[in-house]
Amino acid sequence: MRQGRGQEMALAAAVAVAIAVFSLLPMLRLVRETVAPAGALSPAVIEAGLASRATWVATLNSLVVGIGGTVLAVSLGTVVALVVTLTDMRARAPFILCFVMPLMIAPQVTALSWLQLFGPASPFLKLIGLAPPLGSRNPLHSPGGIVLLLGIQYAPLVFLLVRAGLRRLPRELVEAARAAGAGRFTVLATVVLPLMTPSIMAAAALAFVSCVGNFGIPAFLGIPANYPVLPTLIYQRLAGGGPAVLGEAAFLSVLIGMIAMAGIVAQERMSRRRDYRSFASSLASEPYALGRWRPAVEAAMWALILAILVLPLTGLVLSSLVPGYGIPLSAATATLDNYRFVLVEHAASRRAFANSLGLSLTAAAFAVLAALPIAYLVAWGRQRWVRMINLSIELPYALPGVVLAIAALLLFLRPLPLTGLHIYNTVWIILYAYLARFLVLAVRPAVSGFHQIDRALEEAAQVAGAGLFSRLRSVVFPLVAPAAMAGGLLIFMTAFGELTVSALLWSSGAETIGVVMFSFEQGGDSKYAAAISAVTVAVTFALMLATNLAARRLPSGVLPWRD
Amino acid sequence: MARLKLAGVTKTFSGFDAVRDVSLEVADGEFLAVLGPSGCGKTTLLRLVAGFEQPSAGEIAIGGTVVAGAGVSVPPEKRRVGIVFQNYALWPHMSVAQNVGYALKVAKVPREEARRRVAEALALVDLDGFADRYPASLSGGQRQRVALARCLVAAPSLVLFDEPLANLDVHLRAAMEAEFSAFHRRTGTTMIYITHDQAEAMALADRIAVMDGGRLVQVADPRTLYREPATEMVAAFIGQGMVLPATVLSGEERGRCRVAVLGQEATVRCRPGERARQGAAVCCRAADLGPVAPGEAGLEVAVRRAVYKGGATRVEVSPLADPSLALHVEGDDAGHSGRFEPGARLCLRIRSGWLIPGASA
Repeated sequence: MRQGRGQEMALAAAVAVAIAVFSLLPMLRLVRETVAPAGALSPAVIEAGLASRATWVATLNSLVVGIGGTVLAVSLGTVVALVVTLTDMRARAPFILCFVMPLMIAPQVTALSWLQLFGPASPFLKLIGLAPPLGSRNPLHSPGGIVLLLGIQYAPLVFLLVRAGLRRLPRELVEAARAAGAGRFTVLATVVLPLMTPSIMAAAALAFVSCVGNFGIPAFLGIPANYPVLPTLIYQRLAGGGPAVLGEAAFLSVLIGMIAMAGIVAQERMSRRRDYRSFASSLASEPYALGRWRPAVEAAMWALILAILVLPLTGLVLSSLVPGYGIPLSAATATLDNYRFVLVEHAASRRAFANSLGLSLTAAAFAVLAALPIAYLVAWGRQRWVRMINLSIELPYALPGVVLAIAALLLFLRPLPLTGLHIYNTVWIILYAYLARFLVLAVRPAVSGFHQIDRALEEAAQVAGAGLFSRLRSVVFPLVAPAAMAGGLLIFMTAFGELTVSALLWSSGAETIGVVMFSFEQGGDSKYAAAISAVTVAVTFALMLATNLAARRLPSGVLPWRD
Repeated sequence: MARLKLAGVTKTFSGFDAVRDVSLEVADGEFLAVLGPSGCGKTTLLRLVAGFEQPSAGEIAIGGTVVAGAGVSVPPEKRRVGIVFQNYALWPHMSVAQNVGYALKVAKVPREEARRRVAEALALVDLDGFADRYPASLSGGQRQRVALARCLVAAPSLVLFDEPLANLDVHLRAAMEAEFSAFHRRTGTTMIYITHDQAEAMALADRIAVMDGGRLVQVADPRTLYREPATEMVAAFIGQGMVLPATVLSGEERGRCRVAVLGQEATVRCRPGERARQGAAVCCRAADLGPVAPGEAGLEVAVRRAVYKGGATRVEVSPLADPSLALHVEGDDAGHSGRFEPGARLCLRIRSGWLIPGASA
């Protein structure tokens, strides 16, 4: 008995340490820098930040594109979720796979694809003879362009949440309304949508946080248009001023963190006011028969995929094949030189591929190992502080990536106390930030895996005399491992093309794919940036398809692009 | 005129007949219970009538209008049926008044009239004063009554109940049964009541339709169903009937005939026109079996188990002649006499029974 308690305490302690290091520590360090720079309480940093006009311009811009992107993402994602879930549309699974794709593509790749599609040098527009003259302005270099791409990037996020809500909608609630004489659109307006408001609001809050914290899209679209938002302002300040401006950067990142939190709190408030708990649980609703409208609706849905996925990616691939800026693409001029250059010749780019591969693999592997015990405590633990664990793991992911990057910089700018270890300017600081930021992506599916397992399986092992570690190893973890591995896969795909965190933490020799691609684009070498992007998209898509093959062995709900 | 008429209705789900060739007429104002074990197709039948499923074959008419079959398919919202769902299906985002008034709002009934009718409906189910409450704050019985008021407010031509008492506790069930019954008398609405609980069906219905394996096995008033089951399934399903193998010795005479059961001769009730035949079956209730008079020969049985029921004992026995048969009889409040100890021998007489009609009869 005493031995069992000891093992339980050891597990809890290990989890607590991991969470302190990867979640609480960076957040506390950031807050300290803002309110007490140089060790003493002082309003100096806050006053300086508030006095700067750039702060206000960037904040206003962040709110404008954040709200605009959210509105677009929510409208698009909700409409698509309604059509896909409630009607008898065919070929649903491939459609969902395609529609969720933009979420799996790094934002800066999305930005580059669209820029390549609409720019004056667009090989696609040249192919169809519609290209504007060279030197004219790309229409996407504008707030409107940022809003459009943010909306497309995060519509899948809204789609997934609303669809999950719709699938929980009890069939009887719809049938009762129809028996009361309501036609389909009346049922939609009076029953389905009102019941979906909690899902839609949660999705809106998440989309808002993602839009406000997004770096890749405003970096590619806003910096050339001189339209700064908070994340790009932080990046530009740090790139220009180095560690000297860290205090200001810390203030800006706390500001953006507060805007993000405001979105989450507003959503919590609104959803708490309504008690929509449904006490019915039954089958999902029968699909609405579209009848003779079915071909038209299906055509419209696939046209949407064409517009938001196929065309931009085609633009990207075409751009990666041109030999030089503005040269029309034809069978004679198409070349694979750009791929050879980024994969073989360019040293930094070659290194970046190795770095990103290593970083994302390590982060994924470590997160899977850490997620199993954490999820065990979260899902089955009886301790009272368990709810706190969940919140503190969610926080670094809920907050914009810039915030975490600044926190990591502050933590590791000086050598670690006692050990003298210095990870600033190495690849390790990026690994630390990835682990802190993405850990929750492995914990969430593992928790849902635990919820789908009958706890009696563990209790049977306990009755048979197995201690905690032994039954975790032999019974519990093998059952949950597939779910946690799926989470690891999500981490790998997210980290592989990641830019937000590494843009602030990279150093020479410790570049990531995202960083190299970003500097190619900033230096005007779009064709190389396009080649790198095409490679990352191919890797992502191949991984999604490969996991789809193994998906039957996974618990439901772990892969976002599968039901 | 029949309020509801089903003619040869069949519903096939991927090769499996959930409902097979069901023909049924329900009179105006009748209370019909559809009774059957789970999986017998009764819920599918209800969904066919409501219009949530389309029959694979056959025809359904409500109030003389064909609503399904032969190229006709009236959607649920145009059928004017009311449904009380098993889990109530109250909309959690609407108040009680909004729930009840929904059908009136959809039908664009003027607001004043709608308010009056909602108030009337709520008064009818004793829920005055609950109009502004939300479903989440109601008890199970109150939710049930809101669901009842909701389905009646639009004066439907037919009300369907889908096992409405399955989620309630025993005491509430009895109260709701009384309420449904009173309700039916007051409104005179035609009601179809789906249930797997025979006591509920017996207590409420004018007639009971028993379903098994997708087919309609017998439609009759509760008393006939109990006394004269048409098949072995009905005999066993209703009132825990015992089905015993029998040989018919004589033809029917004034509603009775002689049979041989397990080597004993007995007189049982039967349909007119029964003839002597082999391989027949007799349905006996516990009260039909009793002890023989002293010194008489009878059916030798061994006690397997005795279950004290409070005031009486249910004694489970099996005949020595055929130990695989399980019978049960009513014993008195035996106390410690030891008469019903497992293994004890009893000698029984078959007082009465019902000869189950042959498949051809």
